[in-house]
Amino acid sequence: MSETKQNNYLKIALLGNPNAGKSSVFNGLTGLSQKTGNYAGVTVDRQEGKTTFLHNQTKITFSILDLPGIYSLYPNSNDEIIACKTLLDEKENIDVVVIVVDAANLKRNLLLATQLIDLKFKTVIALNMMDEANKQGIVINIKELEKTLGAEIVPLDSRRQIGFTELKNAILNAKVSPSIFYDLTASYAAEYPNYKEYIIATLNQNKNKTSAIAENADKIYRFNSINYLIAKNVKSPEQLSSKKISSKIDAVITHKVYGYIVLLLVLFFVFQFIFFISEAPMNWIELAFMNLGDFVHAKLPEGQLNDLIVNGVITGISGVVMFIPQIAFLFMFIGFLEDSGYMARASFIMDKVMRRFGLNGKSVIPLISGTACAVPAIMATRSISNTKERLITVFILPLISCSARLPVYTLLISVLFPNSQFLGIFNSKGIVLFLLYFLGFLVTLITASVLKRLLKTKETSFFVMELPVYRWPQTKNIGLMVFSKVKVFVKEAGKIILAISIILWFLSTHGGSDKYKELEKKQNTLVNLESSELNLVELKKIETEKLEQSYIGKFGHFIEPSIKPLGYDWKIGIALITSFAAREVFVGTMATIYQANDTESEIGIKQKLLSEKDEAGNLKYTPAVCWSLLLFYAFALQCMSTIAVVKRETKSWTWVLVQLAFMSALAYLSAFGAYQFLS
Amino acid sequence: MESLDHLKIGQTAVIRAFTNEALSSKLIEMGCLPGETVSLSKTAPFGCPMAINIAGYELSLRKDEAALVLIDLVA
Repeated sequence: MSETKQNNYLKIALLGNPNAGKSSVFNGLTGLSQKTGNYAGVTVDRQEGKTTFLHNQTKITFSILDLPGIYSLYPNSNDEIIACKTLLDEKENIDVVVIVVDAANLKRNLLLATQLIDLKFKTVIALNMMDEANKQGIVINIKELEKTLGAEIVPLDSRRQIGFTELKNAILNAKVSPSIFYDLTASYAAEYPNYKEYIIATLNQNKNKTSAIAENADKIYRFNSINYLIAKNVKSPEQLSSKKISSKIDAVITHKVYGYIVLLLVLFFVFQFIFFISEAPMNWIELAFMNLGDFVHAKLPEGQLNDLIVNGVITGISGVVMFIPQIAFLFMFIGFLEDSGYMARASFIMDKVMRRFGLNGKSVIPLISGTACAVPAIMATRSISNTKERLITVFILPLISCSARLPVYTLLISVLFPNSQFLGIFNSKGIVLFLLYFLGFLVTLITASVLKRLLKTKETSFFVMELPVYRWPQTKNIGLMVFSKVKVFVKEAGKIILAISIILWFLSTHGGSDKYKELEKKQNTLVNLESSELNLVELKKIETEKLEQSYIGKFGHFIEPSIKPLGYDWKIGIALITSFAAREVFVGTMATIYQANDTESEIGIKQKLLSEKDEAGNLKYTPAVCWSLLLFYAFALQCMSTIAVVKRETKSWTWVLVQLAFMSALAYLSAFGAYQFLS
Repeated sequence: MESLDHLKIGQTAVIRAFTNEALSSKLIEMGCLPGETVSLSKTAPFGCPMAINIAGYELSLRKDEAALVLIDLVA
């Protein structure tokens, strides 16, 4: 809706080439007052921010919209289309367009600038990275350039926050430039009254041959003018020192041996952080929420509400907050790798290998992060600009064995090999663990290759990309990016995770039957008695019976016939259902079902499982059952957080359901195969 | 006329034409247009993709994409 326009409120759109430093200009203007939203129906983040300041004793507010980077007004990819459509959307009510231009790369950047000027917006040109241009010895005659472009040019050094006051003043005084660089409607597309109408019309329809010819002619004509402008107004040394340094670094980074060693080291470092360093803060979070739960439990009166808050809501929230360290660390690294220019090189050397599997050079980081946790890894696929390759990466990521599978693997492997056994010099437990990880990767790559053939896209895929010069990243940019990623996760995936936690809590603590109520009564009387050794054992027994009689327990019985071919009974059935929230819950549920002593749960359950017998008196947890369970957990999508994130990142429940169905089928069939083959 | 994928490291050429419509519009907006001077700066291990110097910066593209760009060798 159109707001009443006042002089003290302006809506600003930021536009520019990728790598022109648009986000540092945005961060310099808005700071922490940013909001990350979403464009309707697509997976492109919508970044908005505000800045309020005093100008001649009046309070002025700019609402700033940071649009995705584009090279021209003739978009190729989805986010480029979004950038153009949003700019021209009347509902957006853009007052001033700020064109961010890289001073060290003027020629290519000016194409978009001349097009935007021809759209007859009020425009200001932010000449970014002036510090670098100066260092390189590039001299720009700003006054002359301003005259020709008809728009004010503000030199910026966003690293040192120089020029932002001038930029704000320029925005306040922005005018429509009188210059016209090229109007393709004059020669090629006479049916449109002007350039702006042409762009609006072609954005909303499929391109035809004529428009493609007209647009190429437009770009070539503009570049001719730009070449002339630059020859007249810009003095630049024969070879830039930044390029010399970059090509020296590249001699190592893109080398056929050293390049891969560096990449391996980078991946190893990222892996260490997400897998091990995140562990400490995650434990603190877990402990903090446990204490909070205990505190609330003690303060609130006993009853349903108490239980709901402690075991439903607080557990659910802790399940969301738990992911923050991993997400923050991963995006810190990704920010650093992207902004420094390394990510483009990693794609460059990995492209040929990854392309075989329908993936992208940029899939490497998500794939490695996936071994720690699929949630941040799926969020990290945003940097893959090709839709098909991005979807394939999202689809296969949960197949990689993540850290939540480890407790499950550890328990089952210790049942499989109760005593240390050696195969040659190798510990057999270690071999099984390695096999499971290896299997995960193998299936991941096979699935990707199949999807590559199955998926059809309208988007033509090109790997045309800039290799920017190396730059030292700005901490502020990375910090703000990490902050916004965490915020988006908590806000959007958090809702789904919390909802599923509460539902699972309800199903496992409620049972419609009289038997359940009877058990509840019995439990209450026991709790109220003075504590003694006998009571605790009795209580545990009741807890187990309660779980069996709850809705989830009933459901476990209900699905027993369908999981029998895998070698599972209703007890495992219950654990399968509860661990849908998160795989590691399997261990806790097994502990409750088998009344293992909580304090030493893993060893306790292991003993219980080892001695468990079926009706015929044979051992229950045979190698066949263990392998069947191991394979089931390797492939099943037993993770509501992943589901929530895939939903957010693909914007479709269809995609989520297809993934869930595929992984469930894969898990079921491989578990079935293993059990039938081994027993 | 040769195509861009045959350019060797250190060689310089001038871009003449494109044989693919969609690719040409992408390349032209990135400053890679007929008349521009281009040189090969490096190739990735296994020969693909390749990186070219053009319009004052470095651009990477796949070999099969480079095959769609026609050039005249200069030196």
